[in-house]
Amino acid sequence: MSRLAYRAERTFAAPHAHGDGSVGQTMFLVQLALTPATLFGFWLYGWPAFFLWTTTLVSALVFEFFCLRLMGRKAPGRALADGSALLSGWLLAMTLPPWSPWWVGCLGAFIAIVVGKQVFGGLGQNVFNPAMVARVALLISFPLQLTAWVTPLPLVGAGAPGFVDGLYIFLGQTPLPDAMTSASLLGFAKTELARGAELSQAFAAVGAPQVSWLGVRAGSLGESSALLIALGGAFLLGVGIIRWHAPVGVLAGTLIPALIAHALAPERFLDAHTHLFSGALLLGAFFIATDYVTTPATAAGRLAFGLGVGLVTWVIRSLGGYPEGVAFAVLLMNGITPLIDRCTRPRILGRTRGGEAIAAVGKEA
Amino acid sequence: MGLLEKIFASTWGVHPQDYKRPAADLAARAMPTPERLFVPLAQHLGAPALPTVLVGQKVKKGERLADPQGAVSAAIHAPTSGTVSAIGEIAAPHPSGLPVLAVTIDADGADEWCELAPCDDPFALDPDEIGRRVAQAGVVGMGGAAFPSALKLSSSKKAGVNTLVINGGECEPYLSCDDRLMRDEAAAIVDGVRVMLHATGAKRALVGIEDNKPEAIAAMTLAAAPFGDVTVRAVPARYPMGSERQLVLTLTGREIPAGRLPADAGVVVHNVGTARAVSEAIRYGRPLVERLLTVNGGAACAPGNVLAPVGALVEDVLAFAGGLKGEPARLVMGGPMMGMALPHARVPVVKGTSGILALSAAEAVEHEREPCIRCATCVRACPMGLLPLEMARHIESDDLKGAVDIGLKDCIACGCCSYVCPAHVPLVQLFAFAKGSLAAEDRAKQRLEATRKLAQAKNERMAAEAREKAEAAARRKAERAAAKAKAEAEAAAANAEAA
Ligand code: SF4
Ligand code: SF4
Repeated sequence: MSRLAYRAERTFAAPHAHGDGSVGQTMFLVQLALTPATLFGFWLYGWPAFFLWTTTLVSALVFEFFCLRLMGRKAPGRALADGSALLSGWLLAMTLPPWSPWWVGCLGAFIAIVVGKQVFGGLGQNVFNPAMVARVALLISFPLQLTAWVTPLPLVGAGAPGFVDGLYIFLGQTPLPDAMTSASLLGFAKTELARGAELSQAFAAVGAPQVSWLGVRAGSLGESSALLIALGGAFLLGVGIIRWHAPVGVLAGTLIPALIAHALAPERFLDAHTHLFSGALLLGAFFIATDYVTTPATAAGRLAFGLGVGLVTWVIRSLGGYPEGVAFAVLLMNGITPLIDRCTRPRILGRTRGGEAIAAVGKEA
Repeated sequence: MGLLEKIFASTWGVHPQDYKRPAADLAARAMPTPERLFVPLAQHLGAPALPTVLVGQKVKKGERLADPQGAVSAAIHAPTSGTVSAIGEIAAPHPSGLPVLAVTIDADGADEWCELAPCDDPFALDPDEIGRRVAQAGVVGMGGAAFPSALKLSSSKKAGVNTLVINGGECEPYLSCDDRLMRDEAAAIVDGVRVMLHATGAKRALVGIEDNKPEAIAAMTLAAAPFGDVTVRAVPARYPMGSERQLVLTLTGREIPAGRLPADAGVVVHNVGTARAVSEAIRYGRPLVERLLTVNGGAACAPGNVLAPVGALVEDVLAFAGGLKGEPARLVMGGPMMGMALPHARVPVVKGTSGILALSAAEAVEHEREPCIRCATCVRACPMGLLPLEMARHIESDDLKGAVDIGLKDCIACGCCSYVCPAHVPLVQLFAFAKGSLAAEDRAKQRLEATRKLAQAKNERMAAEAREKAEAAARRKAERAAAKAKAEAEAAAANAEAA
């Protein structure tokens, strides 16, 4: 019979098959899910927003590239293709005031990639969500720029800055016109409460809070359209990139206390509806609290993590000094992720939760 | 199951594309006996068998070639009639290709059976006698692990198992020999199951078949219909459903305690192929000398199931099954999830060979490893409830103890984690490596302990000898002293007398 010349050039260990997933594909799908909200944001806030977004993403890639080079990684270009740096930059851009000057995006990307990620050892090693690290660092260092929200001026609308004007705003050459700066809804509520006003009066003076699914309002790219962010989230749930535990945890963690508090003291606490549709709650629920690297590995752990983020967010929004608390809440919970992981280890088959072998059953049956 | 466990109900396992059809739907082909067969003496778990034939001896098909040796072992028989032309080393069906002892038989072409001892009424036999005959026929588990079946039968009886689980899961992709066997030989399988019920004293048999094999389920249900104690059940198609712990849990709801055997939960598991081999051994007295196996893979020209004699070379089987489309990227014995890559095609088929896969380059892609992104897909896939990512982290930072503490020893090496990992971290490979080092450590420790004991014994012996010597010396000294004293006393007495 015929001789088969085949010789294995080395030993291969099982399994000899692999599923379809890859890191790059995962990152790509998340980016895809962010796209509708991002495009809507461009339309809402015009050219400056587009410039800022681009700058942040490109900076993130550049910093990642240099870090990889510095650490002597072979083919740093290929490692870039996993898309993780791009995603961090993108998520950061989603949380910045859309008319921030260029250096905000650039510095933010630096903090996210270098301080938030590579210092820890790169992809998979960081303890804190890089985008949130950058966001919080910027907020603390440059409170003015980071709270300079603008009223949406749809790209095509009258008064929207054109390409060149947009460039000037982006370069920080044009101060934001007063008529266009606006507090975010949460910021407004916080200021009013700080003045001792009651919420209902405060809102009565400026008209009822404008919160809607569509979200044409002052905010960051990732805060404006609740609908599109939720849609992106649903897409990720659908393709199995994320699971429901963390998002449901975040939403429940904020909305349940909000419902109760508002029912008890409507003059002091915002209603659940406003909490849901303002700020970065939905972005946080679907895109931040679902970050693999910085959240627990088990389903139970992720639910606990989400609840924690939601609750802390509500506490900061309602009782703390900052109008928005998602970023702080995420960082706090990132910090205790190893603890959650330890407490929510799955039960090993054939063992009790404590790790002892279970008692044998079935011999009598 | 508590509410919490329900919400977080584990979705263990993976759903790889199974590539079972069209191979499963084609009639099985019997391979003519090749001119030369290489029958390894270690085809089973345990000690290799001891040859009982001499070079040059003529043997008939089914004649004993080697006796079981030691507590866990199995007999080996001639797969065809012919002459023993050599007893020596050949390349083993193992990735290392290290040599194993084998009996080489030059077939005479007659394929003539030796005299067999059939039995018309197995149920009149004593259960122990069934175990003896199964042992004589050299039957081993045909699902892959190749544990001597007779031992499993007798230990089940001793342990008092009440349920016999028959594994028709065949959850490994590409393989369809069990499927084919169930469609074609359902009656023989059910007969074997009933014989095993008799031999083990179990009250009922549950046959678990994955629901992606409706034809097999239909055939088996029909064959089992007359017998109230044999029930065929469809189980969800999901890898590794055919793994002992998972199948027992699914079929009986019983969880086997960690580190224990199914018998501790009143269950014993046998494969459908084994059931058929038992029936053949008891009804017709035929030893296990051939088996149905699947030839499949992208590089195989005509995937299908082949009835091949034990000892046939993989290259002969492949050639018979239609040959290959060029050079395969990888040759695998067994399934793609747990099978082993062969060093070359000149290794023999053994009793536990369920398939031969010739994988094309597109199937055996090697992915570059990326950093773990903690996506926890591996956690969800693990059928044992382990944390593969954490175990890998411990192992890669040389902390084997840390890995053991979180369950390394409970890992069944199913490979689900590696299969799903998007970063292509070689998880199960790391676990295999770690288990290997642990075993080596254990052996070293045992050796050390043995050496220590020896040294201690030697020291004790020497101390005892020294003590004896010292005592003897002391005794002698005392004797001398006594003699001297006596002499002095005598002398003194003599002096006194003289004075
Ligand atoms: S599947 Fe791979 S990348 Fe994901 S957590 Fe497990 S080891 Fe890490
Ligand atoms: S190989 Fe081990 S760790 Fe990986 S999925 Fe299977 S049992 Fe779990």
